[in-house]
Amino acid sequence: MEAVVRRLGVWALVLLASIAAIALTPDSGFAIHMGIVALVAVILIIATATSYDPLAKAQSIFKMPPGPSRYDDDVIRWGVIATMFWGLAGLLAGVFIAAQLAFPELNLEPYLNFGRVRPLHTSAVIFAFGGNALLATSFYVVQRTCRTTLAFPGMARFVFWGYQLFIVLAATGYLLGISQGKEYAEPEWYVDLWLTVVWLAYLAVFVGTILRRHEPHIYVANWFYLAFIVTIAMLHVVNNLAMPVSLLGAKSYSAFAGVQDALTQWWYGHNAVGFFLTAGFLAMMYYFVPKQAGRPVYSYRLSIIHFWSLIFLYIWAGPHHLHYTALPDWAQTLGMVFSVMLWMPSWGGMINGLMTLNGAWDKVRTDPIIRMMVLSLAFYGMSTFEGPLMSIKAVNSLSHYTDWTIGHVHSGALGWNGMITFACVYYLVPRLWQKERLYSLRMINWHFWLATLGIVFYASSMWVAGITQGLMWREYGADGYLVNSFVDTVAALHPMYILRAVGGLMYLSGAVIMAYNIWMTIAGHQRAEAAMGDTAHDAANDRPLARPLAPEPAE
Amino acid sequence: MANKRIDEPTGTETVGHEWDGIEELNTPLPRWWLYTFYATILFAAVYVVLYPAWPMVESATRGTLGWSSRGDLANEMTAADMARQSVVERIAATDIEKLPADPELMQAAIAGGAAAFKVNCVQCHGAGAAGSPGYPNLNDDDWIWGGTLTDIEYTMTHGIRWEGAEATRANYMPAFQGMFEPAQVDALAGHVLSLSGKGRSSAAGAQLFADNCAACHGTGGEGASAMGAPALGDAIWLFGDTEAAVKAQILAPRHGVMPAWQGRLDPVTIKMLAAYVHSRGGGQQPAPAPAADPASDVAAAAKANTGG
Repeated sequence: MEAVVRRLGVWALVLLASIAAIALTPDSGFAIHMGIVALVAVILIIATATSYDPLAKAQSIFKMPPGPSRYDDDVIRWGVIATMFWGLAGLLAGVFIAAQLAFPELNLEPYLNFGRVRPLHTSAVIFAFGGNALLATSFYVVQRTCRTTLAFPGMARFVFWGYQLFIVLAATGYLLGISQGKEYAEPEWYVDLWLTVVWLAYLAVFVGTILRRHEPHIYVANWFYLAFIVTIAMLHVVNNLAMPVSLLGAKSYSAFAGVQDALTQWWYGHNAVGFFLTAGFLAMMYYFVPKQAGRPVYSYRLSIIHFWSLIFLYIWAGPHHLHYTALPDWAQTLGMVFSVMLWMPSWGGMINGLMTLNGAWDKVRTDPIIRMMVLSLAFYGMSTFEGPLMSIKAVNSLSHYTDWTIGHVHSGALGWNGMITFACVYYLVPRLWQKERLYSLRMINWHFWLATLGIVFYASSMWVAGITQGLMWREYGADGYLVNSFVDTVAALHPMYILRAVGGLMYLSGAVIMAYNIWMTIAGHQRAEAAMGDTAHDAANDRPLARPLAPEPAE
Repeated sequence: MANKRIDEPTGTETVGHEWDGIEELNTPLPRWWLYTFYATILFAAVYVVLYPAWPMVESATRGTLGWSSRGDLANEMTAADMARQSVVERIAATDIEKLPADPELMQAAIAGGAAAFKVNCVQCHGAGAAGSPGYPNLNDDDWIWGGTLTDIEYTMTHGIRWEGAEATRANYMPAFQGMFEPAQVDALAGHVLSLSGKGRSSAAGAQLFADNCAACHGTGGEGASAMGAPALGDAIWLFGDTEAAVKAQILAPRHGVMPAWQGRLDPVTIKMLAAYVHSRGGGQQPAPAPAADPASDVAAAAKANTGG
């Protein structure tokens, strides 16, 4: 009872503070954000006071298995659903802005213009889709590889729902025009503070779980997850150091100025790629690929060397985003050479993933989930070769500011991050919802080919567009004058922009098929179809240990 | 603890640990991987000696090649300037009206103007110089402020209604808002449109035009480029050819602004831009001989040229 009263008091204080903020602020966007916070507080007050459990209600909608599981899987199930939802939202936003670039009439002022929807797309796919996938898989993997349950189950729930509030505040903020103008770090100071709280709670849950492990060693996937969580915390805090203009307004000013601000931003931006989209997703790879393949990891030694070299080298490579700018030459040089040295450490992960299939290569033919994993590793290898290549100054002078960069990012994001996430979700859903198998394995096949073709369209059109653009910008005529105006290059790229939107649409269609497949699996259906290969789930083995290698405790 | 075994398909020993069924093989590092890694490190080690790299107390090391990005840019710009130098000097030394007499030099000027146009002019006048509402089309032979090389160069140099440029071209058509009854505005707009064969003229409209407009725009709407009064009889419209657009312009005229490029672009670039714009198809020849009243003479010349 006392706990209920205390909790009620906290929510009531949050509600009062947000109402006061709405009443006092002259900033309408900030007022809407405080309205969202107030709404959350009201829902929590009602839920606490009436002992109404909206979560239990919602769990029944998504047919989550009742009762405690052997592991804390509730929050992971929510994470999987959120991954699917935000994935669809983010890909849809991407297709929309791709269409806007080809057909500028689609800029619907002011809320749906390119400038506002673009950060919505990037944040939705990176932080909402990718972030939820990382949250869900990290909680899944850390429990199983430590053979223990989550250290702070309540805090884990707070991490998940708090992260969703962050996403909603960030996304609505972009559409309302609230942005601090830093790429991939657009949310304003109060949303940044909230994310910091959520992230530290995430760190506590993750480290706490590792500390209570029943295994003598920490599995390699957990090294990568930990590197991801710790580094993102550091990057987020430093890059977002800012002074708000008023405590009752959204606007703030960065603690850094000029080229220092640019370097801080790209130290952050590059390592968001390095630690969010590389280290975090390598952690997923290190658990789910050997599980799905049923094979040992290729090389323990390689995993150690490539982990430490990746972690050490990545953090210095950010300046390559600022080649040929006001950034001093020496910093540009260092950004470039660290990027070149990063090539092999990045490929270590690809080798360890692909070679894990030694002795199980036949599964590429029979198991569509393995096929997705192999493709994602292939794209990972391709984009981590392309990255160092583009960081070389001579190449960068052609590729910088062109669509080549967009093609590079998307071969990584769609190919590597997207495909490995899809594969992990396909792996997780039958296990989390205790189903014998997915609704349809053949639909994974459809998803695989649609997504693959979509990436091919996307990446190749952007390569052609980027190189065309770079060559046209630098073209000098025999008289010694520039040949093309900027708008000439825009006109030349129009067909490529249409092809890109088509590729994005195909990728989105694959994800829609996936959502249907997942939905039907959760609903408990199985499609009648000719069998394809899949790795069987050994339910008896999927449990925590009370003591190292002791039998399961009676619960 | 360790439970090593030989993995059958690969024949490699495992490390001996197991997590949720996952084991790890003790495969050595692939040699090609390791040596490529060493090669990239070697590349980096050499590169940071050759190029600016190590931050010191005062400044960073300069690198043994002495390369810097600013120096690199300066070298390239100098080389480009040197390559163009003789042409630039010849254009600078040639009077703009004499340029067409030297076809080779004129061609070089047009090429340079085309490049400068893409950077400085397309934002308003469009990539093909076709203009858009409010921004004149430069491909036709309708010139608000005159279409000889000298006129165009003057317009570019001093701009139009450009604050801060003393010799800027400027005129202000009066706003007739409140001076005419709505019916009179209708009649006047009809007459103005009729000059290019579009609207319906009327006696009242013609009288209003003669009383209020002809002083600048000419009795037949032929315009006067000396004072920047647009021709109204040639079906070329800056702000639109509908009756509503014409009425809006009568009641509350908009006055376009063009920057003065003097001080932003060097005189040779402006000269080249004038050559380029003049070459777009509608360029006019200068009046044959100076007259006592230059204003009316230029207007007459303009009339003679646009008439064709």
